[in-house]
Amino acid sequence: MSEMLIKNATVYDPINGVNGDLMDIAVKDGKIVDSASGSAQVIDAGGRLVYPGGVDAHSHIAGSKVNIGRIMRPEDSRLGLKARTKLTRAYTGYTVPNVYAMGYRYAEMGYTTAFEAAIPILKARHTHEELEEIPIIDKGGLTLFGSNWMVMDAIRENDQDRLAAYVAWGLLASRGWGVKIVNPGGGEAWGFGKNVSGLDDPVPNFEVTPRQIIRNLAEVNEKMNLPHSIHLHCNNLGKPGNYETTLASFDICKDIKASRDRQSLHVTHVQFNSWGGNHWGDMESKSDAIADYLNKNDFLTIDMGQLVFGSATTMTADGPVQYANARLLKARWSNGDVELEDTSGVTPLEYHPQSYIHGIMWAIGLELALLTKDPWQVLMTTDHPNGGPYVNYPMVMTMLMSKKRREKEMAKIAEKTFERTSIAGIDRELDWYDIAIKTRAAHAKVLGIIEQGKGHLGVGADADIAIYDIKPDETDATVEFDKVEAAFRRSAYTIKGGEVVARDGEITATPMGRTFWVRTKVDNDGYGRMMDDLKLKFKNYYSVNMANYMVQDEYVERPVVVDTEYK
Amino acid sequence: MIIKDVLCPFCGCLCDDLAVEVVDNKVVDVKHACKIGASKIRGHDRIKAPMMRDDKKGEFREVSYDEAINESAKILANSKRPLLYGWASGVCEMMKKGVLLTEEVGGIIDNTASVCHGPSALGVHEKGLPTGTLGQFANRADVVVFWGCNPVQAHPRHMGRYSVFTKGFFANKGRRSRKVVVFDVRKTDTANLADEYVQVNPGEDYMVLSALRAIVAEKGDVVPETVGGVPKEKLVEVAETMKGAQFGIVYFGMGLTQSRGKYKNIDNAVSLVTELNAHGKHSIIPMRGHYNVTGFGQVCAWETGFVNAVDMSRGYPYYNPGETCSNDLLMREEIDAAFIIAGDAGAHFPAQSIARMGKVPVINIDPFHSASTEMANIVIPTKVSGVELEGTAYRMDGVSLRMRKLVDVDFPSDEEVLDKIIAKVQEIKGASS
Ligand code: SF4
Ligand SMILES: [Zn+2]
Repeated sequence: MSEMLIKNATVYDPINGVNGDLMDIAVKDGKIVDSASGSAQVIDAGGRLVYPGGVDAHSHIAGSKVNIGRIMRPEDSRLGLKARTKLTRAYTGYTVPNVYAMGYRYAEMGYTTAFEAAIPILKARHTHEELEEIPIIDKGGLTLFGSNWMVMDAIRENDQDRLAAYVAWGLLASRGWGVKIVNPGGGEAWGFGKNVSGLDDPVPNFEVTPRQIIRNLAEVNEKMNLPHSIHLHCNNLGKPGNYETTLASFDICKDIKASRDRQSLHVTHVQFNSWGGNHWGDMESKSDAIADYLNKNDFLTIDMGQLVFGSATTMTADGPVQYANARLLKARWSNGDVELEDTSGVTPLEYHPQSYIHGIMWAIGLELALLTKDPWQVLMTTDHPNGGPYVNYPMVMTMLMSKKRREKEMAKIAEKTFERTSIAGIDRELDWYDIAIKTRAAHAKVLGIIEQGKGHLGVGADADIAIYDIKPDETDATVEFDKVEAAFRRSAYTIKGGEVVARDGEITATPMGRTFWVRTKVDNDGYGRMMDDLKLKFKNYYSVNMANYMVQDEYVERPVVVDTEYK
Repeated sequence: MIIKDVLCPFCGCLCDDLAVEVVDNKVVDVKHACKIGASKIRGHDRIKAPMMRDDKKGEFREVSYDEAINESAKILANSKRPLLYGWASGVCEMMKKGVLLTEEVGGIIDNTASVCHGPSALGVHEKGLPTGTLGQFANRADVVVFWGCNPVQAHPRHMGRYSVFTKGFFANKGRRSRKVVVFDVRKTDTANLADEYVQVNPGEDYMVLSALRAIVAEKGDVVPETVGGVPKEKLVEVAETMKGAQFGIVYFGMGLTQSRGKYKNIDNAVSLVTELNAHGKHSIIPMRGHYNVTGFGQVCAWETGFVNAVDMSRGYPYYNPGETCSNDLLMREEIDAAFIIAGDAGAHFPAQSIARMGKVPVINIDPFHSASTEMANIVIPTKVSGVELEGTAYRMDGVSLRMRKLVDVDFPSDEEVLDKIIAKVQEIKGASS
């Protein structure tokens, strides 16, 4: 394979502690190497900004709920149309792009990896069918375990070995990368139209609490030595006053020791879970309490779930919250219960700056990122497309970098917002290094894919590189935010695995990316107990046969399998 | 050899528990399937070789695959408004190729849903779809409604496996755990098995749905004494049954989608179910016909953003049912070539559309002879998916499963034929551009 030399790059590579050094980057056979030979293709970065390829640790990019979003919203698919070319297939959609636009648009922004945030095991084949068609980027997915009957039964019977055996089996069956927990227990309760009200409210018919589900899965996750920690979407999402549940959820994992150099708990789209007040009328930001917790505790990480004004398609395994949203907004509502496993809901909505509720949500996301001191603890996401589509990341980056940019946005927002939030008084402005952490390095660390060569530019890393048309030493991001945003929207070069895949925001090559998944060996008699239980569940309650359930190899054509062992 | 856990390539139930005995590369026995499923797997008269004819009234002559494929590519490449229709009795792998071919030739891709559950998609555009997987309904549903569908005939194992007789975790007494209500214009075999049969006047389902919504919303006083031929008393009784459900499920079929009101019926039915969720838990699901007609909608949506009836003549997808469905285009006489694959336009299109197809070149790709073969100029036989070919199919509830291969045959797969046509089209178009 060819060689490449990127000269005169102003490099920010936080995992390797490189902070704006002017240097060359050599690439061979798709990897970063020490030096290149004379025959290497030379790209002169001319002092421009160079980041590792972007990594998105939480995005809804594939599977049945994304597709019901497309099917339900032809008006969305009519946006962002771009005709096919000799190289690229047609682009469609804004909040729910087709598979092609999904990959192309990430690559155009310098992103090279994205993880799907919710795979129901029974529908994992569908998820992988879509992932396989998303061009360019590498991917993976997190598997849903939080309302699963196998999980809850094992926990109720205090059988952690059996639980571990099932989690391992579920990851294998779904070709998943990590353990996702959404509104623990609530998905089962929603099976009869109910929800759980808090961490100690037992799941109907299963006699386990959300607290037990989180605690047991977190412990097992670490005993399995999984690359990623548990990935939690807290109970009570979208309800004023929910920040208390969020803080209490954090505490559940406080004393759990991580098995690897990473957090032992990742809590996702915390914007939606940092609300104070008792009802919509007195809703307020509690980001200060959340950030305070993060500042005092380093065992956990979160992502923002930043809101972007305009159209969004909310989609989550949190079924009850979606029904509540749809009724409140009189919006279209799709629901997708998955037998024995979980549920999901999809509802389109529009975020209005003149709604103070939406204004508060907008402020909370930014506050979380700006009030938390350690940039590694808060990932930049929009929980695509729940807070808004990922194509808006460049705008969010500038808001983190520039108080003036925030003030420009604030001028559009309902005034009441600022009585209930602290955003107006926050002066902090992140720098190029912080942004590199929040958009790639920390994502790779949180997911546990640094070892797979992601999120950094050290020797041996994947040659996933973004060159942006911006000279950091000549650019004041706090005032030139339009220029910065434009540069982040269209990378000068996106290099994926050593190949230039986008140039000035236009796709130049469409290689297919790989899919990461984890295989864990559980070598004790818990496995036998698990199998007995599983066979019974298939015989009596699943509508498909066990032999047809697991995702076959045909659906993951370019796998990267990481092996671990349960201790 | 007995092959277990076989999927049935016939109806949208996509049963995956069949056991098929194969001896000397021949299916000799099919266990657990219903009659129609078993008959499909056992197989029947095949088209033996590719055939062509210039005059549709003339006799076919046998040709080679290459000749038939090249001629098909020529027709498609030179056509201005080709229609690529069918895409139901096949696996997703071939549907993806279908979307690509449609892009290559700037044609319109349309699936058999166009003439069955197309209106359901429009209903979903309006209101969404609160639904779930069939096992969820099997485990929980205590009130089961069939509206304008007759599973006893069309989905023979549905009631046994998923909806009525099966025992579930919560519905642990099977049939006795459930109250079954059938809405239909005539007393079907399914209605005969119901606890409650509600006879609706033809074309008046919409009004009946509206009346139920009013009663559920406790505005029953606005409901007249009879609605759509149903006495108010009966409506109140059924509405109370539905409202009282712990878990209610509505299965609906062509009796609702293709009767007067069409997508508005679905809109209204989804609204009823959504409103019922303020009480118990309620879901609704279309009873899809072909075993993988659901898969086409999924593939088409993730590839083009739209579920069906996609016009690629602009280079990007354009979707406007009423304008871009097969029959819209055929009746406007826009279509100048038709490519019919894994679906039978000949049997299900109105006369005016058929007349137009009589005037344009028609390519038919199918293992079996059908009414579409009668209209064809080129016929290309392929493998029977799920019997002679592995691949992906989506059950009516959107659960995807991998079809198994049971026997080996020499026919090419749909996908292989499409690949060759695509390559040839690219060659022709490349040469002319
Ligand atoms: S019910 Fe349908 S899928 Fe099941 S065996 Fe019969 S035809 Fe096949
Ligand atoms: Zn999410």
